[in-house]
Amino acid sequence: MADAPHIPDEAEMRARWGGFAWDDQSAPQVDGIIARYPPGRQHSAIMPLLYLAQAQVGRETGTYGWLPVPVIEHVARTVDMPYIRALEVVSFYTMFNQAPVGRHLVQVCGTTPCMLRGSDDVMAACKNKGLIKGKTTPDGLFTLMEVECMGTCANAPMVQINDDNYEDLTYDSMTEILETLAAGGTPKPGPQIDRHASAPEGGPTTLKAMVSENHDYRGEWA
Amino acid sequence: MPTLTVDGIEVEVPAGATVLQACEAAGKEIPRFCYHERLSIAGNCRMCLVEIAPGPPKPQASCAMPAADKMVVTTNSEKVRKAREGVMEFLLINHPLDCPICDQGGECDLQDQSIAYGKGHSRFAENKRAVTDKYMGPIVKTIMTRCIQCTRCVRFAEEVAGMEEIGALGRGEDMQITSYLERAVTSELSGNVVDLCPVGALTAKPYAFEARPWELRKTYAIDVMDAVGTNIRLDSRGRQVLRCVPRINEDVNEEWAHDKTRHHVDGLVRRRLDRPFVRREGRLVPATWAEAFESVKAAAEAAGDKVAVIAGDLVDAETMYAAKLLARSLGSDLLEGRQTGMAYDVSSLAAVNFNTTIAGVETADAILIVGSNVRWEAALVNTRIRKAVKAGAKVYAIGEEVDLTYPVEWLGNDIGLLGRLPQALLDTFADAKQPMLIVGGAALKDGQGASLALVETLGLIKDGWNGYNVLHFSASRMAGLMLGYAQAGGIRSIAQAAPKLTFLLGADEVDFAAHALGTLVYVGHHGDKGAAAADIVLPGAAYAEKSGTWVNLEGRVQRGDRAVFPPGDAREDWAIFRALSDVLGRTLPFDTLDALRAAMARDVPMLAEPGLASIPWSAPALPISAEGGALGLPIKDFYLTNAICRASPTMQRCSAELLHGETFAEAAE
Repeated sequence: MADAPHIPDEAEMRARWGGFAWDDQSAPQVDGIIARYPPGRQHSAIMPLLYLAQAQVGRETGTYGWLPVPVIEHVARTVDMPYIRALEVVSFYTMFNQAPVGRHLVQVCGTTPCMLRGSDDVMAACKNKGLIKGKTTPDGLFTLMEVECMGTCANAPMVQINDDNYEDLTYDSMTEILETLAAGGTPKPGPQIDRHASAPEGGPTTLKAMVSENHDYRGEWA
Repeated sequence: MPTLTVDGIEVEVPAGATVLQACEAAGKEIPRFCYHERLSIAGNCRMCLVEIAPGPPKPQASCAMPAADKMVVTTNSEKVRKAREGVMEFLLINHPLDCPICDQGGECDLQDQSIAYGKGHSRFAENKRAVTDKYMGPIVKTIMTRCIQCTRCVRFAEEVAGMEEIGALGRGEDMQITSYLERAVTSELSGNVVDLCPVGALTAKPYAFEARPWELRKTYAIDVMDAVGTNIRLDSRGRQVLRCVPRINEDVNEEWAHDKTRHHVDGLVRRRLDRPFVRREGRLVPATWAEAFESVKAAAEAAGDKVAVIAGDLVDAETMYAAKLLARSLGSDLLEGRQTGMAYDVSSLAAVNFNTTIAGVETADAILIVGSNVRWEAALVNTRIRKAVKAGAKVYAIGEEVDLTYPVEWLGNDIGLLGRLPQALLDTFADAKQPMLIVGGAALKDGQGASLALVETLGLIKDGWNGYNVLHFSASRMAGLMLGYAQAGGIRSIAQAAPKLTFLLGADEVDFAAHALGTLVYVGHHGDKGAAAADIVLPGAAYAEKSGTWVNLEGRVQRGDRAVFPPGDAREDWAIFRALSDVLGRTLPFDTLDALRAAMARDVPMLAEPGLASIPWSAPALPISAEGGALGLPIKDFYLTNAICRASPTMQRCSAELLHGETFAEAAE
């Protein structure tokens, strides 16, 4: 467990987060989220509320956000759930962070399609920029994680950075994205090559006549 | 009622039964780890695989599959055998196989089932997973690498104990069972997870490395830590009881026991009175039995018929009966068992009995608790109430607010509320089919008349249902009341009669400073408050060292056997009285325990046969005290309620850590 993420000890967390309360941005959403579920089933709201709390912690710390224990307890109290049950949820789902993260949470997909299409290069780009798997860079900008399939296999390899996907990456384009983020810029999300979403590179290769207007191909079938 | 075939045997099972239960009904053994009769079904260990037709062509987990009509179940096919071997091989991949140093060895489900259903060898050559041990408090020791994630402990904590403090963190291979933030589990039932754990992941901390199960002598006994009368098995080696585990009795304790029952046993070998003592010049000095008896004789001759007997909380009926006969032969009927000075009316035994019965609590649909922390006074009655609440019962309570592990509507801490119950409660009780009232010891003082009046108001007594219950706390109480250990004014009446000689039967809770009781002869087993105040100490046997009869709070007569012999010169209590009667020249009419029991059965037929005594209902007309007043709770410290647990290091630590918030550093391992 030498590479386990560093979770602040409990006293430290309680001192910093013991007074956690929903802020102006989260508070109006809480009741709406709980109201999505039938009365008596408010426990079901635990996941969206934890996500909301994680985002609020992110706003308060200028990072992507994580869930300190006192915050988890606050959310559990909101839906009247025993603490251990909320902690079980947090520890089960990888999208809840149990340790502090940097401003940009870089999640590199390493599952088979991305791996075949070059996720090792993407990892190498991260490594050369000083990112270490499971760690936050000393300047607090980046936290690197390797994750399993994010469902964007047609655009492999891909990374998810905070709430955006960056797809069709190469060593160079990944380096550029990290440099842009480090400089405070906003890289263009989506495919980093000349394609729209998961459409073919360089424009359509089939049904070209239908790009701008409807076209009846039936006469050409012969 | 589905009818299905299991290995060619046709069985009919109740609707809603599982395939596993159907297989058991057919006499087929199905291996299992996660399934437990008293917990919800998890279906995660996969050990109970069977073949089911019609259905998909793969083995099914029988514990989670409802039995259906015309199902054909095969439990012994080659496919099933291979599937179980596969499951077992996977379970053992991450199990350390450290059986030689594991406390579960010899009574381990994983051991037994790997012999019966496993492959016998492993093909796993890679590194095993290891898990850090978790802290779960003073009772439960954890070796989490052994855990197979059956989640029985998690389900027990949530469903039965009602303390959601144990959970499974992480997922997949990284899943770990832990208490919340590794804090001590704050339930009085936490020890039960040790029995539930099918492997050696959760073992008893006080019993760690003490003994192997096959070297223990097992004796069936009755627990005296509270009035529930938990059926227990005492495991002893040589002259020491090493552990105490519950036996199954559906009417009393199901298969649970609270932590005090389980772990008071180390108190049985500490602070024991192992020789007689006589007070000379203000100090208790060791004496021989003959000297001690001579001192008693001298006191008895001076006292004439001014003799009293005060029974403690733990004594058996035989001791009380022997003492009663001796007192009667000396011309006295001054008997009292309610040491703390309570003085409720006992003219009708039914009116101070738990009439609904413990098992009956489960079917109640409206419950009013008056002046009782049921969780501490009768933890296993509390689990029954919890079951009733889960089935839809509504619980109201009057008294000091405590956490009873289920939702309770607290009406306030004022006994006067009995006379002016809120309309909502009256409506609930009017609609209830099986309403019940539980009157705790704290409420009997001023509220006995008012609570009896509620029998009428709340309609507690119906056809086949008696909802009036008094919750006693002392194991000796019901037998004491049957034997007449009650004076109209309680201890005060005894003191007013100015006895010159008082026998204390393990009575440690009496306020000796407040009552002049003459020469005190303490017949008991622990050097506690009673012995400290006594003038003559006659060393007796603790409950584990004698065969005795106890009557639990519902009037159930139960017999416990002797597990070990009393230490040193100590003798069984009834024999002490028999020998003393000889010295006093008033020989008691029995020479054996059987003869004593026969005489007692003639005197008090209710005590003759084990089983629920039939106590016909009658309610005394009592004045209703108009005054209100706050109710105290009789138990201040759950873990230190009697001489045995006060002498137990484990109970002292539980009290310090769980109730007084002291922290104990774990030794580095």
